Amino acid sequence: MTNQELKTKIKTEEYFVNMGPQHPAAHGVLRLILTIDGEIIKNVEPDLGYIHRSIEKMCERDSYQQIVHLTDRMDYLSSHINNEAVCLVVEKGLEIEVTDRVKVIRTIIGELTRIASHCLWWGVMGMDLGALTTYFYAFRDREMINDIFEETCGARLTMNYNVPGGLMFDIHPNFVNRTKEFIKHFKTKIPEYDRLLTGNVIFEKRTKGVGILTKEDAISFGVSGPVARGSGFSSDVRKHHPYSAYDRVDFKEALFTSGDTYARYKVRIMEMWESMSIIEQLIDNIPEGETKVATKAVIKLPKGEFYQRVETARGELGVYVNSTGTKNPYRVKFRSPGFSNLSVLNHISKGGKIADLVATMASFDFVIPDIDR
Amino acid sequence: MKNEELQIIINGLGENLEFTEEGSEYLTLTVSKEQLHAVCSKLKTEPDLKFDYAFCITGMDWGEELGVIYHLESTEFKHAIVVKVKTEDRENPTLDSVCDIWRTAEFHEMEIFDFFGIKFNNHPNLKRLFLTPDWVGWPLRKDYVDEANMIVK
Repeated sequence: MTNQELKTKIKTEEYFVNMGPQHPAAHGVLRLILTIDGEIIKNVEPDLGYIHRSIEKMCERDSYQQIVHLTDRMDYLSSHINNEAVCLVVEKGLEIEVTDRVKVIRTIIGELTRIASHCLWWGVMGMDLGALTTYFYAFRDREMINDIFEETCGARLTMNYNVPGGLMFDIHPNFVNRTKEFIKHFKTKIPEYDRLLTGNVIFEKRTKGVGILTKEDAISFGVSGPVARGSGFSSDVRKHHPYSAYDRVDFKEALFTSGDTYARYKVRIMEMWESMSIIEQLIDNIPEGETKVATKAVIKLPKGEFYQRVETARGELGVYVNSTGTKNPYRVKFRSPGFSNLSVLNHISKGGKIADLVATMASFDFVIPDIDR
Repeated sequence: MKNEELQIIINGLGENLEFTEEGSEYLTLTVSKEQLHAVCSKLKTEPDLKFDYAFCITGMDWGEELGVIYHLESTEFKHAIVVKVKTEDRENPTLDSVCDIWRTAEFHEMEIFDFFGIKFNNHPNLKRLFLTPDWVGWPLRKDYVDEANMIVK
């Protein structure tokens, strides 16, 4: 039988494959239902809800101080920034201005959180593509940040350091020195990361030109964060709607235009440099002052609607609070970055290979509790 | 652009557009459900407005009415607006989908359908997103009761 005859006789059939909810490349309980033809992806349908806890409904029952604690459990790698978002929206409603000290400390810890999150992403991205070493390198450095957090906040991951009106308590006396030590240490480590992964031939072949997202699609799909900036969509909330101390620091927004997996990778590496620069500008001049503005024990927001946007390590987090003037919010909505970013996955992975989908997903840096809420 | 200037341009887009600004930092526009798709479409395409980035789409239960709140921003001009649409039909609430205007609405409308039971015309794939397909009721509605799983204070 000739090859031509074989081709007409043997036909491939489209079929379904489950990727997840226990797939090691899914970083959590995300189930993707893939329709595939051979190894070519025809459709990707996410099945969500495996870790859905209805945080928005729980918020309607809780007081404003309690809501802060719930947000840790959304994007647990940006827990400090999530807390900050809720605190900022409550402060906006109460019309409280926190002290400069609070603003600066929040910003420093926020940026440390971003570095820790990007570290984890970098390690896991390498691991997804078959380079297990990156995982150990990244976790070695991330550990230092977690130790700093542990000393100051008492917790390593879900820190709960923010409260409406300021911070729970002042920073630890060692905080400034240890942060400086970390920056000094980490500056020698990113070049090491670059040597290990960025210029690697296998890595470049797996990422360059894979999962291309255009700027128009990024805007239309509401994509934000490093994923959007890899496509040239300038979406950094810290730049466009500065909060806390971001209006007093000088930093560049990491923007790349090729829109592929490699661009998203480069954005995060650059963001780590920029985060270090932000911390360096602030760490020596933490203003003196109170760490908390007194609020009433029972916080009641005035009647109205309040919205706050912040930039987490994954993108834009929006908190919408609708208050009727009681001690509980009437409605709270979290616009989570992962949820909108996930919606574009089907669009950009159609026609690619399954292995490319793994690379694309790694560059999206999904945290599933952030998507499910 | 300032809210006042925005208001003047948007006023020309349709009849009976209702503006409120009480207790919100954004200019808020309330449209009827018949107007929704036409107004949204113009908000995106009008050269002076170009609201191309829908950064938040929220389902709401106001008690009497159900509805959706759209937070829109222009990536070019950096101005933002809030559009609200309400429906009084709680038995079979139906609104027009805007996912042909902003693709992000596709997922957000599925989420709203899941939690509020609002159906969207012309949505390509409207189904339960987080909850199981056999779930009964719409959990984020104010009149939802689930004695087993909810702690009511």
